[in-house]
Amino acid sequence: MDVFLQQLVNGLVLGSVYALVALGYTMVYGILELINFAHGEITMMGAMVALAVIGALALAAPALPGVVIVGAGLALAIPVCMALGLLIERVAYRPLRNAPRLAPLITAIGVSIILQNVAMLIWGKQYIPFPAILPQGRHDVLGASITDVQLAILLLAVVIMAGLTLLVGKTRLGRAMRATAQSRQVASLMGVDVDRVIAATFVIGSALAAIAGVMVSAYYGLAHYYMGFLLGLKAFSAAVLGGIGNLAGAMLGGLLLGVIEALGAGYIGDLTGGFLGSHYQDVFAFFVLILVLVFRPSGLLGERLAERA
Amino acid sequence: MPSARKRAWAGFVLLAVGLAVLPFLVDFGLGRTWVRLVDFALLYVMLALGLNIVVGYAGLLDLGYVAFYALGAYVYAWLASPHFGVHLPFWAILPLGALLAAAFGVLLGAPTLRLRGDYLAIVTLGFGEIIRIFMNNLNAPLNITNGPQGINLIDPLRLGDVSLAQSHVLGGITLSAPHQYYYVFLILTLGVVFVSMRLEDSRVGRAWVAIREDEIAAAAMGIDTRNFKLLAFAMGATFGGLAGGLFASFQGFISPESFNLMESIMILCMIVLGGMGHIPGVIFGAVVLTLLPEALRYTGDAQRALLGRIVVDPADLRMLLFGVALVAVMLYRPAGLIPSARRRRELAAKGDVLEQEQASLADTAR
Repeated sequence: MDVFLQQLVNGLVLGSVYALVALGYTMVYGILELINFAHGEITMMGAMVALAVIGALALAAPALPGVVIVGAGLALAIPVCMALGLLIERVAYRPLRNAPRLAPLITAIGVSIILQNVAMLIWGKQYIPFPAILPQGRHDVLGASITDVQLAILLLAVVIMAGLTLLVGKTRLGRAMRATAQSRQVASLMGVDVDRVIAATFVIGSALAAIAGVMVSAYYGLAHYYMGFLLGLKAFSAAVLGGIGNLAGAMLGGLLLGVIEALGAGYIGDLTGGFLGSHYQDVFAFFVLILVLVFRPSGLLGERLAERA
Repeated sequence: MPSARKRAWAGFVLLAVGLAVLPFLVDFGLGRTWVRLVDFALLYVMLALGLNIVVGYAGLLDLGYVAFYALGAYVYAWLASPHFGVHLPFWAILPLGALLAAAFGVLLGAPTLRLRGDYLAIVTLGFGEIIRIFMNNLNAPLNITNGPQGINLIDPLRLGDVSLAQSHVLGGITLSAPHQYYYVFLILTLGVVFVSMRLEDSRVGRAWVAIREDEIAAAAMGIDTRNFKLLAFAMGATFGGLAGGLFASFQGFISPESFNLMESIMILCMIVLGGMGHIPGVIFGAVVLTLLPEALRYTGDAQRALLGRIVVDPADLRMLLFGVALVAVMLYRPAGLIPSARRRRELAAKGDVLEQEQASLADTAR
């Protein structure tokens, strides 16, 4: 039981990070039907920029409380990532909006290769450690232990997701986004500035990615120029699991994927009599993903879309 | 039209002679490593043409294609290396690998064909990762794949008593291993090109295109969409498995590292960059994308000439430039470098409609 609870907690924390990244994928997909392959790399850039600031500040002003230093890192990483998202949309996606469907996918891949290599040229190939400046406390919850960092990640993620839900559901911009997602042409006829809405979508998604990037590097205690790839892959899987284009689906899918992965890692050895070890946790995650999609082809919360006529 | 036919023949003969002497020209001009790279380019042409059947003809976005390549390679390695102590001849293993890959293609396709475009993409991607993770971890408790270390000392191709891994002198001309593999790969690549061309013009190929353009209309016309999609998966996988076996024999060593997601993405890039569904485009895309990253290794010389010193290590710079090239080509030629006539027409037509729409919108606004 303890193992179960502990893995559940770990899974929920990691899953909430996946959910934040997945939201970026799903918002862009909902509006443009585009898999924004570079989104994982934006997450990585967020982590790298923040860590550069955090590392420098931790050396220069060790007296400052850790939370302030991390806050300063976030304060730079978020605008940098927003600008990156805006730039990528402008340069790599907007000119191809009426091109064949796979063309923007290739530019997206190109952009993510560029971002990876830029990061490698700036910060090198080595792992960059997250300085131990954050409180290291542990709390017991029903026999499972949760660290301060985990708790902060979970709470912050919940607050952000609630904020995003409000933004999309209640504000003028949110309404414009939903209208654009339903039909770009009709939305533009109704006076929505579609280009601006799409740009705003990229900016919001990139801000979430920056925060998620900092969370991941704080959780694992390091960052690396290649970290965006697997993270993006898992987040995209989470978005598809929940039903791509659906915000609640991305949140649910992210949390679920995190929990499945953690429980899979904890139990797969027992389940298979020791034949498969915990390094099969990714297999487990992908296997569940495939199973879900076979039985619910549009994801858990996705609407059953009629085939296009 | 005798003159047109004569010209076609002349072109054909010229191409044949060019392909026949190519390895010697490359060896003479650029060195032995480049002959190896040309061999790899041929392998990628096979892979790209195989994936082109799935993505280009049938319109099924497959991001896990490299799994079939891996299966072909591992089947070859299991049956022709000291790993299990089995050494079967290549003509027995290559078809077996291709067949097994095809079986896996159907196995993957059968439950997933109800999925729409991007959902299918993520499932195939997951399948590719699952295969790779298994290859990476199946070394315990039973050592099947030798894990991340991979399988070594794989037998080279052997024609009778002649091993293609050794140099041979034929009529005063020395043929090194890459030269000999070149001719084997060339023959098989031409075979794959031939099959692709015949498929494109066949009943099957037309059915695939119909499914790609509009699945419901295709089904209404009496096409069994499920079976034709499965056939596309199986055909694509067959080529992948074949190329995998050749890769294992040529390299002599395989490990799961060679079959990661980036490889699948690269093959997809070759197709889209060259011109999806168009055989010359796909071949061109495969050759360019195989050779370009290698050619970009030479940016060090350019830096020294322009700036007087090496500012950035060319090995670090080349993938960056590669990414820039991908984006630039797509921005300027969204339908690919050598698009098919159909695609070019469609794009032109779509552009016109859009312009008309925008013009009328502007009128309304006024």
